[in-house]
Amino acid sequence: MLRFTIRRVIETIPVLLGVVSIVFMFIHLIPGDAALVLLGERANEASLTRIRAQLGLDQPLYVQYGHYLGSLARLDIGKSVRTNRPVLDEAMGRFPATIELALSALLISSVVGVTGGIVAGVGRGRMPDHFARVFSLLGVSIPIFWLGLVLIWVFAVQLHWLPSDGRLAATTKYAPQTGFVMIDALIQGNSRLFFDALSHLTLPALALSTVPMAVTMRMTRSAMLEVLRADYIRTARSKGLRERVITVRHAFKNASLPVVTTIGLQVGFLLSGAILTETIFSWPGIGRWVFESILNRDYPIVQGMSLIIAVIFVVVNLIVDLVYGALDPRINYK
Amino acid sequence: MTAMAPVTGVGMRAPLVVRKRRTPWTDAWARLRRDQAALVGFGLLFTMILLAIAAPLVATHDPLDQELLKRLKPPSAEFWFGTDDLGRDVFSRILYGGRISLRVGITAVIMGTTIGAFLGSVAGYAGGWVDSVISRAMEIVLAFPGTLLAIAVVAARGPGLENTLLAVGLVSVPVYARLMRGSVLSLREREFVTAARCLGASDRRILFQHILPNGLTPLIVQATLGIAGAIVEAAALGFLGLGAQPPAPEWGAMLTDGRNFLLNAPWAMIFPGLAIMMTVLGFNLFGDGLRDALDPQMKQ
Repeated sequence: MLRFTIRRVIETIPVLLGVVSIVFMFIHLIPGDAALVLLGERANEASLTRIRAQLGLDQPLYVQYGHYLGSLARLDIGKSVRTNRPVLDEAMGRFPATIELALSALLISSVVGVTGGIVAGVGRGRMPDHFARVFSLLGVSIPIFWLGLVLIWVFAVQLHWLPSDGRLAATTKYAPQTGFVMIDALIQGNSRLFFDALSHLTLPALALSTVPMAVTMRMTRSAMLEVLRADYIRTARSKGLRERVITVRHAFKNASLPVVTTIGLQVGFLLSGAILTETIFSWPGIGRWVFESILNRDYPIVQGMSLIIAVIFVVVNLIVDLVYGALDPRINYK
Repeated sequence: MTAMAPVTGVGMRAPLVVRKRRTPWTDAWARLRRDQAALVGFGLLFTMILLAIAAPLVATHDPLDQELLKRLKPPSAEFWFGTDDLGRDVFSRILYGGRISLRVGITAVIMGTTIGAFLGSVAGYAGGWVDSVISRAMEIVLAFPGTLLAIAVVAARGPGLENTLLAVGLVSVPVYARLMRGSVLSLREREFVTAARCLGASDRRILFQHILPNGLTPLIVQATLGIAGAIVEAAALGFLGLGAQPPAPEWGAMLTDGRNFLLNAPWAMIFPGLAIMMTVLGFNLFGDGLRDALDPQMKQ
């Protein structure tokens, strides 16, 4: 297991280096004078010179690349053109909101997706299976940004059951400790804060969870169908084991490997889906911040956040591979 | 063809029975025709594509025509899907928007499959350092979540339909490259490749005239499913204001406009979203059916 882990970690290094290089080239994709594009046509020469020096655009490409790698080693991923504050500092204040949203969506999609997939696989050809197949097909076909708007229209505009935007009501008092509102509410024993946060989180988490839920359900159903055809399942039945024991202890345990991989790979979707979801629900996370930076042409933020999100994605994929290797001993010996 | 003419009595012959020769492709076609879900998907696709092509004939109004006195009107006999905030007919805009979305989706996938198939087949056939370099490059691109990469490309190049097409197409290249590489790796050891080599065929000829045509099946299936994804990606970029610019009737941009009027004109949001969903559902249903129909052949 240790050799497998070391090998996978070493294989990740060139991928990370490649990611860094692509992100570095991002600024150079901008057609024309990048400084002029960033500051606009009316910027004076002094401002243009300052921004060129700040971004290193007045240096040869290889010097810029060297400086970029050096600054990354110091955890400096650039400064906002608008606020002149470090991108990392600004991101840290917004990360908890996105993590709270993404984890909630991952929890919903995993629980509902796995349960639905198991029920569909065990009851193949019956109503639960048909329902699960239709649901998962619709789930991967519905655009997440449209689903978000429909949820707002139904639950906020028509029924007035849930709020449509923000993380908390404007009148709710909140003293951040961890930055995660629901955790802070539990720590502080503030039930009003907890339920206010929960009500605001519900619609965006539901919207964001739909596609991963559908994908997880499809994969779980497919994996269960394959495992349920195995000889050892027939043996377990002939031994007189109850169907529930067979399903959970034998079938699902062996079907869980591809399901774990699928769930892990949904993190990438959750990170990019957060940009759309946070924009629709005015959720104060990094996704909405990146989108606003694009509109404001604050490209250092877009560049820095692209790097952070890509690195998270690579690390999560590595963790999924390692978990897969831990669950399936055969992987270690390849 | 197999012909049989059994003798049934003295001097009598039964009518000649000619059976069509069965090939994997005819079997796949028969399976596809029996798949009701795939047929429904094909029907949806055919309808959406036909409506998009026939938009000038079917549309009841000019999609760019503004009638400010009739803004935010509900669906009626005059405006089948209602009007938007500038008094434009939503139904007509959806029809013309279909042209944009289908064009972007299909063109982006053609770009992705062409580049991806080329890279993947070269990587799979050449092997060695060529395979390593191409595979690592594809892994690096795949390290970025697709939508984020597309947003970053369009953000750098500037909003617009052409950059949307470029971004969505480029983002899909690694998927097709990996698929093609897998196909080529399994095909290059086959007997027909060995035979072609023995006959003196060059590597280029073997790759592009023998291996590539036989390895296209999984690519075709993935491309069909990929068009669905490309349409959603393009609509997402349009929703964020990075796609086709106003006043173009792009579905994603129509959702952004409709978002501001959920309270008093929800139709401006509902119908464009339904159009996206129906189109994507059609491609997904048909693509799933195609995969199931071709699956036994792929296993061969």
